[in-house]
Amino acid sequence: MSCVQTIQDYALRSMGIGERLLPRSDFTLCEQIVLIGSGLLWNIYFGVLALLIGFVLATALALAKASPRRLLRKPAEWFVFVFRGSPLFIQFFLAYQAFVLLPRSGIEIELGITTITAQTGWLTKAWAGALIVLILNTSAYSAEIFHGALRSVPRRDMEAADAYGLTGWSRFRKITWPTMLRLAWPSYTNEAIFLFHATTLVFFSSFPAWQQRGDALYYANYFADKTFNPFVPYPIVAVYFIALSLCVIGLFGAVNRRLNRHLPGQDRPRLRLRLNLIR
Amino acid sequence: MFAACTDPDALDGLAWLGCYLTTGKHMAFYASFGTVLLLLAVTAPAALLFGYGGALAARSPVAPLRWLGKTYTAVVRGVPDIIFFLFFVIALDQAFEWLRHKALCPGWDQPIRQGNDFLVCPEAKLPLSSAPQWVHESYGFALAVLTFAIVFGAFAANVIEGAMRAVPRAQLETAEAYGMTRAQVTRRVLVPQMWTYALPGLGNLWMILIKATPLLFLLGVEDIVYWARELGGSKTDIYAYPHPDWRLWYFLGLLVFYLALTRLSEIFLARLSIRVGRGLDGQGTRDLEVQG
Repeated sequence: MSCVQTIQDYALRSMGIGERLLPRSDFTLCEQIVLIGSGLLWNIYFGVLALLIGFVLATALALAKASPRRLLRKPAEWFVFVFRGSPLFIQFFLAYQAFVLLPRSGIEIELGITTITAQTGWLTKAWAGALIVLILNTSAYSAEIFHGALRSVPRRDMEAADAYGLTGWSRFRKITWPTMLRLAWPSYTNEAIFLFHATTLVFFSSFPAWQQRGDALYYANYFADKTFNPFVPYPIVAVYFIALSLCVIGLFGAVNRRLNRHLPGQDRPRLRLRLNLIR
Repeated sequence: MFAACTDPDALDGLAWLGCYLTTGKHMAFYASFGTVLLLLAVTAPAALLFGYGGALAARSPVAPLRWLGKTYTAVVRGVPDIIFFLFFVIALDQAFEWLRHKALCPGWDQPIRQGNDFLVCPEAKLPLSSAPQWVHESYGFALAVLTFAIVFGAFAANVIEGAMRAVPRAQLETAEAYGMTRAQVTRRVLVPQMWTYALPGLGNLWMILIKATPLLFLLGVEDIVYWARELGGSKTDIYAYPHPDWRLWYFLGLLVFYLALTRLSEIFLARLSIRVGRGLDGQGTRDLEVQG
């Protein structure tokens, strides 16, 4: 079977498009590269959606955590503590068990006049259940980063805003938020990279890979189990992830340049990855 | 366990629960918490050693050694740690067996990789097929420790190298001016001062190490996740203590265990960073604030 044929059969296998059966023996290098790359689609799906939704949630959490009101601050502090203080792996297990316990027929919600049935089956599927856990997890980590940045917004910037008569929403929108983002961005880039790394845990933590549609590591593990040779599939998935990390760095670097575009050239903070402070 | 527990069917309420929580399997479950703590206690110094070696190699004046150190830290950083865990457990096992095979069976003429099999001579098997069960288990645990040490050693190397760069250049120059050799400068000035700068990063790493311990389960060690799944799964009437699916509660227990562990570490690290920051000026202590 030629490599072009393999690409046609397996390039979208992780999404359920193409050949149904996975190769069973005499694995070629091409098959391994194509199938593992196909699994990478899941990692990108989880990573991108969790980052986008988590970003909004994290901003809200950071604001709540910095709020003078106890009623807002305490829940946010607890949320961040629970999700940052426990392993993601355990969170996946716990969430899966909780979703499985939901009634299979759905939950009936009384709405006065009618009853609607909330379907719950989809929560036990990886695409939704694991995504929810990842969103909550990344928002806790990002909220901590944003909260730190929020506290180090220079006092004088706020005083200047006061002097201009900016208050409330417009002060937040024009001064606080952009400054916070600018300060938090290098750490947030780090968090994004590690979130993509964390997506590899999904199919190893009770969420089943339905019809063998798994992520990159799922297929790499499949090949390693079948051939008993770890020296081919794992380096392939490692190279994919290095490439993915480089893309993330490039993308976040562009955003970083935009956030700092008002600063003169030499004052612009370069996106130095502080990998000694990971998650 | 206890005399009152001989007939579980006759028990109910708290007595049943008390007997249920003290069965032999539950004792193994409680002991597996010790396994996790043991892993942490063994891995942390081992990783520090790897990290120290890696950092010294990355700073070495010998080019090949420097490249080796830099590659080691760069590769492990860029790739999800779980890939390394899955990779090293098989790779190290096969590497050890292959080395023993070369040493013990010189007369063996068949290829080691036959299709999908990895075949070494029976004497080179690790552990030997005749070895007792505990040898198999400790071999698996030792492989896991080594894997953790390699992966976290790379992170630690990164932190330590950064800390070495943070030691003020003037300190090293002064030492050189006193006529110390390179090794002496490293031993007497660089390393003692470096620890203060390395502490926030290493503290962070310790937290990550704690949160990586459930991955032991993937490496085939019977750890707390294994037992929580095993004990929590629903038990039919053929078991002495039938119960529905309780895995949720077991995992909640694990969650609380980890939260307590990370919280205690956080408090301890905060105290430690205040203590080691005492001799530094204001700027220095601000750098040392543990950042999450």
